[in-house]
Amino acid sequence: MLLTVLRRLGVFALTALVASVVVFVLLAVLPGDPARAQLGLDATPDQVAALRHQLGLDRSLPAQYVHWLGQLATGSLGISYSTRAPVGPEVLNAMQVSLLLVLAGMVVAALIALPTGLLAAVRQGRADGAALSAATQVGISVPSFLAGLLLVTVFAVRLHWLPSGGWVAPVDGVGGFLRHLVLPALALGLVRGAILSRYLRSALLDVQREDFMRTARAKGMTRWQALRRHGLRNALVPVVTVTGVELAGLLVGAVVIETVFVIPGLGSLLLRSVANRDLVEVQAVVMVVVLLVLALNLLVDLVYVLVDPRLRRAR
Amino acid sequence: MSATTSGPGTTSGRGTTSGRGTTSGGRPTTRRWNAPLLVGAVMVAAVVLIGLVSLVWTPHDPLVTDPLHRLQGPSPAHWLGTDGLGRDAASMLIAGTRVPLLVGLVAVLISLVLGVPFGIAAAMTRQGGAGLWLMRWNDVVQAFPALLLAMVLAAVRGPSTWTAMVALGIGAAPGFVRVTRAGTLQVLSREYALAARAAGRGPLYTAVRHVLPNVRSMLIVQASVGFALAVLAEAALSYLGLGTPPPTPSWGRMLQDAQAFLYVQPLLIVWPGVAIAWTVLGFNLLGDGLRDRLDPRLEAAA
Repeated sequence: MLLTVLRRLGVFALTALVASVVVFVLLAVLPGDPARAQLGLDATPDQVAALRHQLGLDRSLPAQYVHWLGQLATGSLGISYSTRAPVGPEVLNAMQVSLLLVLAGMVVAALIALPTGLLAAVRQGRADGAALSAATQVGISVPSFLAGLLLVTVFAVRLHWLPSGGWVAPVDGVGGFLRHLVLPALALGLVRGAILSRYLRSALLDVQREDFMRTARAKGMTRWQALRRHGLRNALVPVVTVTGVELAGLLVGAVVIETVFVIPGLGSLLLRSVANRDLVEVQAVVMVVVLLVLALNLLVDLVYVLVDPRLRRAR
Repeated sequence: MSATTSGPGTTSGRGTTSGRGTTSGGRPTTRRWNAPLLVGAVMVAAVVLIGLVSLVWTPHDPLVTDPLHRLQGPSPAHWLGTDGLGRDAASMLIAGTRVPLLVGLVAVLISLVLGVPFGIAAAMTRQGGAGLWLMRWNDVVQAFPALLLAMVLAAVRGPSTWTAMVALGIGAAPGFVRVTRAGTLQVLSREYALAARAAGRGPLYTAVRHVLPNVRSMLIVQASVGFALAVLAEAALSYLGLGTPPPTPSWGRMLQDAQAFLYVQPLLIVWPGVAIAWTVLGFNLLGDGLRDRLDPRLEAAA
């Protein structure tokens, strides 16, 4: 068990390191000179050279990479081209916002997926089961930002029940925080919930064909009892795996949703830095998102080991 | 990371047995058409047809602005009304079909070109251990969400249709690698693949002659799902202003434009929204239907 966990951690660290090289190379080996871009066309070659030196651009690429890695480790994440301040604190703030959004979206998705997936599996082959399955098929075809726009149209513009956007941090008032969280979380969770629901349904249908389910029925359990006692736990194993992919999807979805609802998360930060061509900021945000994706996958891998006893032995 | 998922929107296929029946003799058969396949094919065909029609005809010029008649509701002159600049919404919607279709097509082609050889190589070099490293690298690439890659590329090279296609193609390639590898491993364990090896055929011969024809149907299914994902991602990119730059009409940017007029003309959100959902649903259904129709063996691989 411990060995398995250590191995996964090792793979995570290695993957993260390689990913950091990729991020660095993607953004460092670029045509164009950030120093010249910042100073404009009137700058003298001396001024450009001075700024290049100040930004560390006159060093070799490996040296720049090591320097950047050091900045990653210390949390400053580099000095922004536009604000001339370390981007770390800003990225950290944005990350908290995005993670709250992802968490809320995941809760919504689970609340939708569990009942609908169960029902669609139990009522498979009947009208209501088929209708539910068709509804989730439509659900996965709606981009989350579109769901967000539609929710705003109905609940903010028409009914005036909830704000159409903005963000209140939990420390500034729980009520306002929740009011601002509901619509974006719904927009994120509806679509992801539909995807999870389909996975759960097909996992449950697979489980129902297993011998132990037939045995349970033969012992006199109803279909529901057998599903509750034996089916659900077994069906959840593949669903947990999919959840890892889904969490990454939620994170990317959040990037777009933040634009719809004007939420100051990683997505808004990334868009702003892209618009400003602030490559240090872009680099920092991209690295953080990639690290989060990898960390979420690691987390799911570990949960997977906990849920499925067969995986506890190190392979 | 050990999951072999082919992307959201896919079911394992085992639950959706609507396409397979059993004849009285108990022999499993595959019906030529099943409901998802038929509906999906019709929906996709409609979109492609509209895209082709848009090349020669739209009700109005989608680029002509008419500030005097902005934000109108549907009328005989403007079927779906006009947008914030007085452009004809129906014409923009029709002309907007081209970008997602083009991006989807090229992105899927890029994924195929990158993913298939990589997947086959990873499966064939599994014994030597090189395959494991190839898959580790695949995990690294998979940690970069396609949309994130597209945003980075847009930041570096400026937003364009080209950056969107390349980024989405690369971003989706890991899924194609996994599917190809899983299928290849299956083929390699078959007698005919072993026989080819025993007969002294090289790996390239086996790959082209035996592996490719046998993984083809899996790839067609994956391509259909990948197409749906690319259309979704392209819409998101255009909405963020990182896709095809104006004035070329695209559904995502129609949504972005419409957001400013939510209070005045909410219908402007509905049209491009329906167009996106319709297209994605069509390709998803097509993928599900093809899965049932083409490949009973996919179950064992996935």
